[in-house]
Amino acid sequence: MNEIELSSSDPIGARDGKDVVSGVPVLPLPAHTPRRADIDPIAAKRAERQVALMFASSIALLIAFTVAYIKVPNTSLVAIPVLGTVGTNHVLLGLTLGLALFLIGTGAIHWAKKLMPDVEVTQERHSLSSSAAERAEVVEIFNRGAAESGFGEHKLIRRTLLGALALLPIPLVVLLRDLGPMPKTLLRNTIWKKNVHLVTDATYQKIKASDIPVGGLINAVPENLLEIEESEGNLNQRGKASIILVRMDPAEIIAQQGENWDYEGILAFSKICTHVGCPISLYQQRTHHLLCPCHQSTFDLANKGNVIFGPAARRMPQLAITVDNEGYLIARGDFKEPVGPSFWERG
Amino acid sequence: MSDTQQKASENVVISKVGVAAGYVDDRLASANFTKRLLDKVFPDHWSFMLGEIALYSFIILLLSGTYLTLWFNPSMTEVIYNGSYLPLKGVKMSEAYSSALNISFDVRGGMLMRQIHHWAALFFVAAVTVHLLRVFFTGAFRKPRELNWLIGTGLLTLAILEGFAGYSLPDDLLSGTGLRIAQGIIQAIPLVGTYVAMFVFGGEFPGTDFIPRLYSVHILLIPGILLGLITVHLIMVFYQKHTQFAGPGRTESNVVGYRLYPVYMAKAGGFFFIVFGVTSLIAGLVTINPIWLYGPYTPSQITAGSQPDWYIGWLDGAVRLTPNIEWNILSHTISWNLLIPALIIPGIMFTLLGVYPWIEAWVTGDKREHHILDRPRNAPTRTALGVMALSFYLILWIAGGNDIMATAFNLSINTVIWTLRFALFAVPPLAFVLTKRICLGLQRRDKEKLLHGYETGRVLRLPHGEFIEIHEPVSFEERAVLLSKVDVPALEITSGEDEHGVRNPKGRKAKIQAKLSGWFYTENVSAPTEEELAEADEHFAHQLGAHERTAIDSH
Repeated sequence: MNEIELSSSDPIGARDGKDVVSGVPVLPLPAHTPRRADIDPIAAKRAERQVALMFASSIALLIAFTVAYIKVPNTSLVAIPVLGTVGTNHVLLGLTLGLALFLIGTGAIHWAKKLMPDVEVTQERHSLSSSAAERAEVVEIFNRGAAESGFGEHKLIRRTLLGALALLPIPLVVLLRDLGPMPKTLLRNTIWKKNVHLVTDATYQKIKASDIPVGGLINAVPENLLEIEESEGNLNQRGKASIILVRMDPAEIIAQQGENWDYEGILAFSKICTHVGCPISLYQQRTHHLLCPCHQSTFDLANKGNVIFGPAARRMPQLAITVDNEGYLIARGDFKEPVGPSFWERG
Repeated sequence: MSDTQQKASENVVISKVGVAAGYVDDRLASANFTKRLLDKVFPDHWSFMLGEIALYSFIILLLSGTYLTLWFNPSMTEVIYNGSYLPLKGVKMSEAYSSALNISFDVRGGMLMRQIHHWAALFFVAAVTVHLLRVFFTGAFRKPRELNWLIGTGLLTLAILEGFAGYSLPDDLLSGTGLRIAQGIIQAIPLVGTYVAMFVFGGEFPGTDFIPRLYSVHILLIPGILLGLITVHLIMVFYQKHTQFAGPGRTESNVVGYRLYPVYMAKAGGFFFIVFGVTSLIAGLVTINPIWLYGPYTPSQITAGSQPDWYIGWLDGAVRLTPNIEWNILSHTISWNLLIPALIIPGIMFTLLGVYPWIEAWVTGDKREHHILDRPRNAPTRTALGVMALSFYLILWIAGGNDIMATAFNLSINTVIWTLRFALFAVPPLAFVLTKRICLGLQRRDKEKLLHGYETGRVLRLPHGEFIEIHEPVSFEERAVLLSKVDVPALEITSGEDEHGVRNPKGRKAKIQAKLSGWFYTENVSAPTEEELAEADEHFAHQLGAHERTAIDSH
């Protein structure tokens, strides 16, 4: 401790070695120890060259960036260990730009650390509060203004003004009315109807009951979905009407949401989770459990689609199905309860 | 160049600066302000760079985001993809997704900018969060900086929203899934939820209106507010001057450090380039959000193991952990399973976060200004509260990956969820107690180090056979830090009645306040008294003598 040279006087804000505000002991600032570059011209020159080298490398890298941009085609790929196969152009641009920026940064900081002053400077903090007189003056000005305007006196003016201001948000809210339609029964119905064919989700093929093996699973949509254009809400309808078909041994079915809603062990359930509406995709054949990948709600398809685990509160709605004369699966009507996540009016 | 020539050229430079400054000053009277600005002293500490990283990431986001807007087309119009990414050629998709693919594969450097933008967003929220923790644990939010803390809380909230809006825009399968969940949550709001969802999405989910609407929110509304708040945040830091850690020469009434011009301009400016450079390097080398692998969004598809960006993880985790409570009253549905995790818990957490400075100030009755930062150990109750809140957040965050954990470690998903549900209530109190004990232990060690020095590990055998370990006084810098601990007395418990037996109407409140203040302070280890310190110094001097004698004896 003895070898450190100390400045003799108290720092700003301390008296007799104590902080005047908090009262804790304050040790003085140690005297500045010069750096190599402060006393050795060779070291200073070396630091200067190092900084310049970093800036010069940055220049070279920025030119390399431009060359890579022009010369390396966007389609060429390169295999790099760990990273895998990546776009050559992309990696080169990232490397050259990244390093160029990085070197400007390190150059500037190296410059500051080696060559700019490193003597710590002490500045005084001033109290943030104004003087009592100034504060009183502000209050006085405020009161004078209030008195001059007569805001307190003219009750009629005050009340009508407040009334007008209170109503001002109305147009702002009203203007938002046309953002969207009223909910009406939109959330209660899907496009499923009596005798609509079930078709596969991706290729839109009608589904023959005999084609589904026990244990099989098919994603399906109503055939009339094909008639709806994208701009007319195809995705909206798809988001409600998507179903999954599973076939199980009829003996394993414990209960259904309606009498004989299955067709020879083929059950149709909504694919849209009753929690927040993720499409459910993980089905465990052996247990007939359906698991939502978003929040892990689990439903038992062999037993009315009831919730057996997770945050969902409602069972998966079941769709009653049968076959037409040619053996293709058709719906017997719409879902009997709203599909998808809950909402206030659902009940 | 000879000396005289050099001097002459310097004069020219100075006078040129003088002319320019004079021109501006004649019109804006800027000399006084500029003088204070350039001369401003900032204290130095690595943790003060966390806020800088946040600021620089924001600037990077503005730059890269502007670049992306030149090509991105936030439209839900259906197109058939015909770009150079072969696996999706001929696939029907929205124009939003198709233009995001074009930026990735057909605009040279577009992929780099997309990746820089996404990485910078992840760093931005991370830097804001860690910066907030630094400010919390060092007590930098105390008077006079409470308002800036409140602005900071607002910035964090907006940063999370802005990030979510951003990764929802490309209309890929992952982003659409995130929006589906958000829509389901909006729909769960009692009374107005169904209407709000219909209005926001322009009808049912997904509709065709939402992406363009979200776009103007993402590139104009939220960044505009962020920019304004960040500006105010920085002006306040400037105006109130930066806090500093205790050390030699540091007091409550001064700032010790380096001047803005030239040292901090070089250091902070250089640091901006380093942050930008590192972000670009990572963007060039590590792929984030490969939207081309996810495919276009359709509400009937999903990939297992879908994960949001890291800062949404805790919200998703809360949704995953909440049990399936739903009420049906008078044919109306209240979905507590969504309201609790998505609205009530975040609402409480952000409110507590925002008002914490006022809560602590009330509990401690502390109305003084603070410019010297607390060492976290010297405010054990605050530190313990912070770690407690952090552990609560982390468990929610871990829960956001419960399916990943279950598959990675081959666990039952049910076990993982139940464990985390219990942990959410058990771990935070435990974290509180442990942290407080550790802090108090560190305080004791600090005092011990001041009074008895540190253990050098050098063991001496004295002539009469006794072994002693040499203790040396701590370094000058450490001593300055250790001495800076402030002893704060807890508020005195006032009796509810005055000497005439009249009940003090404020007595009850004061009593609660005093009790809480006791809880906040009483266990603190007191700082050593002056006598103790003097005695310790004498002891060291004495030991040093004995030590030298032994050295002589051994020769």
